[in-house]
Amino acid sequence: MSDPIIEIRWHGRGGQGAITAAKIVAEAAFRSGYGGAMMAPTFGTERRGAPVHTSLKIAHHRITDLSPIETPDIVVVLDHMIMGEVDVTAGLKPGGLLVLNTPRPLQRCLHPDYRVAVAPVNEIAEQAGLRRGIVNSGIIGAFGRASGLIELAVLTDCIEREFSGKRPRENAEAARLAWERTEVGSMPKPVAAAAR
Amino acid sequence: MNTIESGNVAAAMAVKLARAEVIAAYPITPQTPLTEKLSEMIDRGELDAEYVAVESEHSALAVCIGAASAGVRPFTATSANGLLYMSEQVHWAAGARLPLVMCVVNRGVGAPWTVWNDHQDAISQRDAGWIQLFVKDHQEIMDTTLKAFRLAEEVSIPVMVCYDGYYLSHTYMPFDAPEQERVDRFLPPFHYAHTLDPSHPENLNSVTMPDTRTDVHGETAPSYMDIRHNLHREMVQAIDRLEAIDAAFRELFGRGGHPLMEPWRCDDAEFVIVAMGTLANQFRDVVERLREQDGIRAGVLAIHLYRPFPNDRVQAALAGVRGVLVYEKALSYGNQGPLYGDVRSALYDCEPRPAVENFIVGLGGAGIRTGELYRTARQACLEIGRQETPDDAPHWVGLGV
Amino acid sequence: MTRDLFEIMTSNAEAGPGDAGRTGSWRVERPVIDLARCTPAKRGKAACHLCWLYCPDGVISKDLEPEILLEYCKGCGICAEECPTQAIRMVAEAEFVEE
Repeated sequence: MSDPIIEIRWHGRGGQGAITAAKIVAEAAFRSGYGGAMMAPTFGTERRGAPVHTSLKIAHHRITDLSPIETPDIVVVLDHMIMGEVDVTAGLKPGGLLVLNTPRPLQRCLHPDYRVAVAPVNEIAEQAGLRRGIVNSGIIGAFGRASGLIELAVLTDCIEREFSGKRPRENAEAARLAWERTEVGSMPKPVAAAAR
Repeated sequence: MNTIESGNVAAAMAVKLARAEVIAAYPITPQTPLTEKLSEMIDRGELDAEYVAVESEHSALAVCIGAASAGVRPFTATSANGLLYMSEQVHWAAGARLPLVMCVVNRGVGAPWTVWNDHQDAISQRDAGWIQLFVKDHQEIMDTTLKAFRLAEEVSIPVMVCYDGYYLSHTYMPFDAPEQERVDRFLPPFHYAHTLDPSHPENLNSVTMPDTRTDVHGETAPSYMDIRHNLHREMVQAIDRLEAIDAAFRELFGRGGHPLMEPWRCDDAEFVIVAMGTLANQFRDVVERLREQDGIRAGVLAIHLYRPFPNDRVQAALAGVRGVLVYEKALSYGNQGPLYGDVRSALYDCEPRPAVENFIVGLGGAGIRTGELYRTARQACLEIGRQETPDDAPHWVGLGV
Repeated sequence: MTRDLFEIMTSNAEAGPGDAGRTGSWRVERPVIDLARCTPAKRGKAACHLCWLYCPDGVISKDLEPEILLEYCKGCGICAEECPTQAIRMVAEAEFVEE
């Protein structure tokens, strides 16, 4: 394989919009020059409130392997409470990035094996004028800031497009605020080579 | 226009570009979002078509049969048990030579219930007399659906466009949706040779006798067997026609070139993996690894046209290789994989005859791990042709207990 | 579009006598029309013609005085059943043996 595939797994609850968030990031990655972008939701019978996850792969080449992600580079968690039910870091590459929506400060979330980023997305989303519990636009800002993969302007543009008719400006604002307020931890020691 | 959407939306966009005039469908997972999208398009006035809400898949295809007979372009889609529920009309549509297009969003067949992907649904209808095309990604869903309308209408045989449930239907990936104006140049208005004409009343598909009969004009009318022989003969002729349509498509849109099957790294291959749908694409990564890590010269042949089966082209593509590994998501219970049987039969006259192995994977959405495909393919490449008595029983990949 | 290679063979039947051969010999009973009771014959204008419409073999003419093509009439009796004025009577073939 000429250049690597960046594998991002999104964890959320049914109805929370993890799939929409991943779709927006897929679109933004594609518009940022990643010719290969592939987003595959958990297949089957999602129910509101039940833990779900979705696989997003991005690369500069065409992606032909549609199988679910087993060893992600990045894990994004839309609801930190889910970590009590689901092993969200399963398979996460050593030195990989874990992005959390949590009201807790970064210091309380650090992990010996992974780089951690946190943002209180619920609070931010309400500040941006969204209904309580709408976190999928805000988490995109946190993801963008922590990963450094895609520019904020591209992300907010894709958010406004996806949410056209559903408070596009407020959703973009949530991402912008989250981008600013995301705290990113340093690389764990020893620095693993696998982060890319 | 480049876009990122789900496979179901890609199919709906193709149906819209084809200017389908009647949509009749009954929702079933994982097909549902496709027909929902079409109903939205009609509701918003983006697609000038009649959406007929039906009470079953049997009725859905019956409405399409009626629409085509009346001279308008219909479309339907289904999955799994829905396809089986419409099966009687599936056979009818072929015998009536109706130029229909149906997307089959492949899903395993119950019991036990599964909503996840395999190919058993479409394969169970392989002998119904429909042309069956399997695709690997969203671009192929778009392009193949457009080509399917033209093919169906040129040869007057119904066409199934089969794509993997979830792996394609619910997955988002980039693809290009062509402009309407160019699609209009590619796909002429609907045509059916036996369109109903009120000024010339006819009974369509009336009862035939075991032998020929004399019709009201005193002419010899064909028997059932004549009509069915004609269907078979013209279905085989449809292979060349599909190639011609693909060439016309390529000229207009700059894409295509592999309408029957797509070889990948097969030129110098000693071993070729044969598969259909997304599985064939997944094997590209496996082939890379076999070549890089093991020095095994492997390739993959994706079968696009499953019925009519392009026997001579399959034979030509595989003649001279040492081993052929057929991986498939369907089974002829009590025997072997259907594609395996087809490939082996196509290779019977080859001298020397390649060894052929059969692998059953991913039934009911069973996880298909790329690493597992690699391990099984590698082992087969190392062992193939070495067994004292080759065993034609399929190997099962991914069993849990 | 060229369809030269494709014959597209199907089974279509048009209304008319003879789609199953000379079926007149199948008859056990023969329909006989009493023109005195037949609506178009009585009125002298095109009306009713239900016998023509219902005949599954298209062997009844749509004339003021309908004629039945006995070479093909199978003797099913539908015309007699449907005739609103009971102008058509089914008569045993044995009565016409002399003809």
